[in-house]
This record gives sequence, C-alpha cells and structure tokens, in this order.
Amino acid sequence: MEGLKAVIEALIFASETPLDVNKLADVLDSVEKKAIRDCLARLIEEYNSENRGFCIVEVAGGYHFRTKNAWSPWIKKLKKGKPATLTPVMMETLAVIAYRQPVLKAEIDKVRGVDTGGAIKKLLDRKLVRIVGRKDVPGKPIIYGTTQRFLEVFNLKDLSELPTLRELKELQE
Amino acid sequence: MDYEIKLDQFQGPLDLLLFLIRKNKIDIYDIPIALITEQYLKYLEIIRSLNLDEAGEYLVLAATLLHIKSRMLLPVPEEETEEGEDDPRQELVKQLLEYQVFKDAASALETRPVLERDVFKRGSHEGDVEVNPDEETLIEVGIFDLVEAFQKVIAISGKSELMEIDLEKISLADRINEIMDTLTQNRSLTFTELLGESSNKRQVIYTFLAILELIKLRMIKAFQNESSGVIRIFLAVEE
Repeated sequence: MEGLKAVIEALIFASETPLDVNKLADVLDSVEKKAIRDCLARLIEEYNSENRGFCIVEVAGGYHFRTKNAWSPWIKKLKKGKPATLTPVMMETLAVIAYRQPVLKAEIDKVRGVDTGGAIKKLLDRKLVRIVGRKDVPGKPIIYGTTQRFLEVFNLKDLSELPTLRELKELQE
Repeated sequence: MDYEIKLDQFQGPLDLLLFLIRKNKIDIYDIPIALITEQYLKYLEIIRSLNLDEAGEYLVLAATLLHIKSRMLLPVPEEETEEGEDDPRQELVKQLLEYQVFKDAASALETRPVLERDVFKRGSHEGDVEVNPDEETLIEVGIFDLVEAFQKVIAISGKSELMEIDLEKISLADRINEIMDTLTQNRSLTFTELLGESSNKRQVIYTFLAILELIKLRMIKAFQNESSGVIRIFLAVEE
C-alpha cells in the first residue's frame, strides 16, 4: 500500500497534465482501481493536513499538483509580471458559454444584449473556449463550448462542479 | 443629478439598465419605463460623446425602451384587459433577470482559485523566463504585427510633441548597414531590442524603415512565436 501510494505520487508529479484513475490503472497494470482511489484519497488527505506548500487537487477529470492558495503572493513575486486576467466582458461571455454549451454566438449575444464576437475571439485565443462544431441550419453557425483548459484554469473537476444557475438564483434572493 | 461615468464601467446595455434600476431602488418587476428610459438616454448621450463605436451597442436597447414606453401609453382595448394580459415590459424583465444570473455566474467563477493567479502548477509558464529562440515554434510576422510593435516603441519614446525640423543626420543606408552589422554579430535580435537602442523618434522611424526595406530585400526575416508575441529578427542567409 505504501509503495503503491508513493508510485502514484511520483506519477502525478511527473505528469504535465492532470492524471485520471484510468490512466493510472493503465500504467500500474494489475492494480485495482479501487486501490488506486484509496491511495489517492490518502495522498490528498496527507497533503491537505500537513503544513505543505502544495497539494493534490482533482481538476479537469484528473489529479494534479497545485500550490496552495495562501502562497500565491510569493509565487507571483517569483514569476514576476502579472497573470493575464480576463476582463468582465470576457468573464460574462465565458459564463454564458460554460452554462449554455453547446451554444451559438447568437444565443450568447442575446443573453448579453450586445455583440460578443470580440470576447469570443479572445476566449478562443486563450484556449478557454473551443469550436465544437457547426449547427445544421442555414448559415451553418459555429457551436461553442468550453475546453479542458477552462476546467484547469478554474479548478473544476468537471462541468457539474459549477454551481447550478438555480443555486445562483437562490443566492441572489 | 450628475452623470459622471467611466466608459468601461458597464459591460453592455443590459448592465447599464441593471445599474439604473439598482441606483433608483426600483422593483425589477415594476419598472417605471418613462423614468428609466429618460435616464438611459442621458447616459447614452454621454457614451456617445465619448465613444461613438460603443454607443452603437446601446442604441438597440434604447429603441426597445422607447417602444415599450409608447406601448404603455396606448390605451389597451377592453376585450384584451383580461387576466394574464401581456405587460409590454415582460420580455425585457425576463432578459434582465437572465442576464443578472449569468453576471452572478461570472462572479462566482471569478472567486474560484484561478490557475496562475491564486494557484500554480509545476513548471515554467509563458513570460516568466527568457525564451530560447531555438525552442520556439516561429510563425512569420505580418506587416500589421510590425506596425503594432512600432507603435509600442513610439509610445514609449515619443513623449515630446514638439515639432522639430532639422537636417537629416542619419541616412537609411547607414541604418541598414548598422542593423546588418548588429545582426551578423548577434544572430538574432528582438524587434524591441533593435528599436530600443534608438534614442529619438527620428531614429526609431529610420530603424523601422530599415527593417521594412531589409525584409523587402529578403536580407532579414521576422518571426514571432505566437500572435502578439515577441518579434525576432534573423538574417535571411547565415554566413
């Protein structure tokens, strides 16, 4: 058990992108997924409870190392330069795409009451949004959806982790 | 009442309308259309005086508001005043509420631990280290990227607006030779490095013209690793 846990820790450390249980099981052949899940749970628990600079988070459908929130001021100092922030218009557009996907530009425009072409382009450039396909209606409009990178950037396991619109509405009241 | 506003304060016409509703402490289900329309139009006037492009985005809603206002002024025919009669404002209220939900959704997203802002992953990320040009994947630069970069340098160096008429102190040919010399020594230079060493506007312009001329003559090549990325200048033929 301890050995398996250490291997999993090493694999997550070495991986560029979040590693999911299936991928781990592939590498560690003959190990049951249940055992892998148990190890993951214990690893997460250990990193969270100990006084560590980083932890393992479940993000974009896999597991990955992330620094803990509290140390961001120092890391920013190390990295210099400001992180590329998203403007309020981009955030609104991204929210509509995230919740309404697969969605057409016309639908996003309607919700925001204004043309969103510029914001969509910027989101595409930032790889937070992608073209999912084209709708089979006259004009073949482009269908948009969010990317894996969107989940990674906003630390979401998957789209279901987004608060539902009803929850948001209740918060508002 | 003063209407001092910052242009980028509103994310669009619906945002402005929500702001007015909140400012006047109005019940969203019972909007006094005349009052709101009047205020909306005043803001539109200010936006228009500041930025014509942006004002266009706000015009459609202004028209909608006026349309609703006029419909509300018209007497409703007797037979149509039954229960459940359509309020002309209904559609707009629905749209406003929906917009509000997504606005909240956007702020909820914003509060999450955002990568590269609150939390970080292992490994370097763009912009934190000097990139090795050999490892970059390069795309050839178009004229607009060059002009954009030129404007950036001008913005940095061109503080004075004084007119200056003087004799030509440098020639384009000189500058071309200088650039070729520097490039032979350094293999590659970034666009800003090349322009940055020029102290005044005139020199910057000559440098820029020299670069354009050299590209035309196919003696140098300009690449960048991503759109709006750093522009690097290489000799077209390596000796």
